[in-house]
Amino acid sequence: MNRTVLEMVVNFGGAALKRCDHGENRDWALAPGVTLLASAVLLMFSLGCSNNVAANYSLPKPTAYGAAIVESSGGKQVAEVGTPLPQPIVVQVNDEQSNGVAGALVTLRGPNGVYIEPAAGLTDSSGQFTSNISLGTIPGRYQLTATTTTKAGKPVDLKIEAIALGYQEQVGSQLNDQYCARCHNQESTPERVSNYDNLEVKPHPFTEGDTLNKMTDADLVAIISHGGPALNKSPLMSPYGYTLSKSEIQALIAYIRMVSDPPYSAPGIVYAQK
Amino acid sequence: MSVQDPHSNDKLRQKFEATVKLFGWCSLILLVLLAIAPAKNFFADWRRYQRGYERLISKRSDAFTLRRHFEPGIQQIWLPEMNVVDRCTTCHSAMKETTLADVSIQPYRPHPPIPHKLEEFGCVMCHRGQGTATSVEDAHKSTLAWEEPLLPAKYLESSCGQCHEQDLKGTPQLNLGRKLLRSYGCVHCHTIKRRDGTVIAATDDPPSLAHIADKTSREWVFAWLKDPQAYSSTSTMPNFKFSDNDARDVSAFLISSSTPASLKIVQASLDTAKKVGADAELQTEASSLYGESFCASCHAVQNAAGNLVGGNVGPELTKVGSKVKPEWLQAWVRNPHDYDLETAMPHYRFNDQEVGELTGFLLAKTDSDLLANVHLDPATPEQIEHGKRLVNDYGCASCHEINGIKRPENFAPELTKIGSKPVNQLAFAPGVPHTLYDYIGAKIKQPRAFGASLKMPQFTFTTAQIDALANELLSHNERALAIPANKTVPAPMPSHYEPAGKAGQLITDLNCFSCHAINGRGGDMAPDLTWEGSSVQRDWLVQFFRNPNTLRPALIRRMPKFNLTDAEINTLTDYILAVYQSPKVDRDSMPLGGYPTAQVELGRQLYYSKYGCQSCHIIDTKQDKGYIGPSLTHVGSRLTAAWVYNWLKDPAALRSGTQEPKRNMSDDDAHALTAFLMSQKGSEKQEAKKR
Repeated sequence: MNRTVLEMVVNFGGAALKRCDHGENRDWALAPGVTLLASAVLLMFSLGCSNNVAANYSLPKPTAYGAAIVESSGGKQVAEVGTPLPQPIVVQVNDEQSNGVAGALVTLRGPNGVYIEPAAGLTDSSGQFTSNISLGTIPGRYQLTATTTTKAGKPVDLKIEAIALGYQEQVGSQLNDQYCARCHNQESTPERVSNYDNLEVKPHPFTEGDTLNKMTDADLVAIISHGGPALNKSPLMSPYGYTLSKSEIQALIAYIRMVSDPPYSAPGIVYAQK
Repeated sequence: MSVQDPHSNDKLRQKFEATVKLFGWCSLILLVLLAIAPAKNFFADWRRYQRGYERLISKRSDAFTLRRHFEPGIQQIWLPEMNVVDRCTTCHSAMKETTLADVSIQPYRPHPPIPHKLEEFGCVMCHRGQGTATSVEDAHKSTLAWEEPLLPAKYLESSCGQCHEQDLKGTPQLNLGRKLLRSYGCVHCHTIKRRDGTVIAATDDPPSLAHIADKTSREWVFAWLKDPQAYSSTSTMPNFKFSDNDARDVSAFLISSSTPASLKIVQASLDTAKKVGADAELQTEASSLYGESFCASCHAVQNAAGNLVGGNVGPELTKVGSKVKPEWLQAWVRNPHDYDLETAMPHYRFNDQEVGELTGFLLAKTDSDLLANVHLDPATPEQIEHGKRLVNDYGCASCHEINGIKRPENFAPELTKIGSKPVNQLAFAPGVPHTLYDYIGAKIKQPRAFGASLKMPQFTFTTAQIDALANELLSHNERALAIPANKTVPAPMPSHYEPAGKAGQLITDLNCFSCHAINGRGGDMAPDLTWEGSSVQRDWLVQFFRNPNTLRPALIRRMPKFNLTDAEINTLTDYILAVYQSPKVDRDSMPLGGYPTAQVELGRQLYYSKYGCQSCHIIDTKQDKGYIGPSLTHVGSRLTAAWVYNWLKDPAALRSGTQEPKRNMSDDDAHALTAFLMSQKGSEKQEAKKR
């Protein structure tokens, strides 16, 4: 604390000096006086208001209270860093009988850099609250917390997860769309019919962390490059080592690691034991 | 020694002491002053961050390596030819330390993996901000002396576009922005020049209004001008926010300036069209003709649930009956080139009966609300004159051909350097943050918020589309124009390929390029036909033209039947087989006398076991289910052996971007698989039974 204040003082002094240099008709000798004065003011100011930073938004007053908060839609979405999620997040506040409660206050919080619009509001007539989310600039998982309070004043939380893709994961996601998703994604649309159900040996969806997290990066490189037989698995998985470049395979793995559920944690550096 | 006056001595001493004191104070002040500079240096942001970094790495298991990589003091990347002087790495010390990937506190986060090296491009090339600054505020924010703040993450792809003029896998936002800029026709009014001086061209094709009175009514033009999206939600025509009187006058002028087109009007077709509404049988026939002709591959129609179903190459047809005149529609369905030479719509060879059915079917698609409240009195000469003035003022002729109006050059400001426009030259609307990217976003979102007298119309972009467009616009800046040529990746040269002769005329008439690409020209909805002649067998191709059955069971969009004559089919087939030949595929290299049974059997085993082809292809309709690649039940009578062999060796070499992976097959395996595949002749009888 003391050091920061001191730095501010010094910086301000410097700034004051600089400003005096720029002003044509001012006497440079004024600088120390200004510096001292400003320092004193700054010191007092910074000591006095160090704890008043927390902003007080005026929250709407709830007209009703719920007992529980559940996710209606919008969880587990994937978007590029800094861009809005494709769909808004919708949560619903329910009473004890699981009926939607209108007019309950919902607040949404997220880590630094997440942009939430609106961050708080009352539920609509069906008990739902909708918010548009833009993820921060760091690739990774973002946990958002939706909170409502019960009549007794007890906060009830709901955790919602969203995933932000960095450049590498974004490239991986495009490659996934082009080469992998037709078999590895069960979701079938008229525009793109999934081949998952047609396969005798079922491929692992990339979200299947329980299986994929146990495979090392080297395993994944092997099975993508040389096909299923490389790991004693089905030849229905074709080799892509002559189709994708090394960096593309890395990008694909980065994407697979990013979307896996439960989350993947890198093993870290392993040094040889003495 | 004389005794001095004690008083004068005291005075002297007092004077002396005062001087000493003054000197003392002055020195002190000077000392303090002198101390400011080193103190400022000592407490500089970057020193604090470097100390913090040293503390951070000291706790890591690879502290020794990290410390060896770390260089204290001001760091600088200097790239004179790129105009880069970046000191960012002074504080961002861990840029290249991949082992710190778990660190999320700035400025110590390593850079996420990208294909470029820091030493080659520096930081501000992509992130903007002030590279030479050594304080947090100066480097990142918009300050008095420097108004170029860091780019937020959502606009970062614009920086890729400074050098890369072609689309990249890793930049979906920028790719979308580029597509929108051209397909919404922004560049009809705003000129944007590339580095080499060429101008970005629009990809939309705004219709000519020279014969508009033949096509539609003045009432529809009025309703359309008032709100284009009320007629078609997917329309790219922006809303010019005309008042009722202005829309009345513009519609009056457009109709009065229209000249008659030479339309072939066949009464029989018109009579059939009239009957379709009342005759249920005729209606079913018309509806199935609409389906068989695969109109929905290009045109969308809103279904009962309100969802658009169909392609977006042609205009939406949900309310087309409220728009077009029957005479025009029957002529258009018969041959669209009669009205518009440049249209993407193919010339189906429908007979008069079919033309009538389709016309009646489409005319029934009306919306009674659309023109219910439009009542226009006959136009007065003053109104027409005022309409003409408005058409000139709003630059309608930048997009549309209009009789009596010249296309204005540079109607709107040029945007070649919009991405580096100084903020102090911009007039901001109230409430818009004073940054360039916020300005661009707000301007696209609601242009008239910047002044009611502005002419720029209101588009219907979503937030994501606006961000994408802002990405594209930010990529057009001074820095991009100054990048040395050896660092840039130019866009692929646009292809102006024209097929020759009689077949060329047919290909143009059928608008094959709307869906197929040949030699770099054309759409991507259907397969690339550049090497089609090497690929297919003549008999199959003739049969396919007669009755195009899809090869991919899971595909919605299909090749329509054009009702070609035998002579036309022969002309096309001959041309395709003679001209669209790949130099890589040598037909003569294949055995003439067929393949031995043992080789075919080996191929079958390879197909099912080693290569697992059944995961994507179907050969035996009973047990195979693969839905991704084309069905191979008839492949032996469809493809040539040379093509199959070369395809197996390297699919992407014959058709880039194909999903089929290269397997690095041995020649023996490839020959055996070719033998097996060529033995799959299928038989017409079996196929007929299945149907």
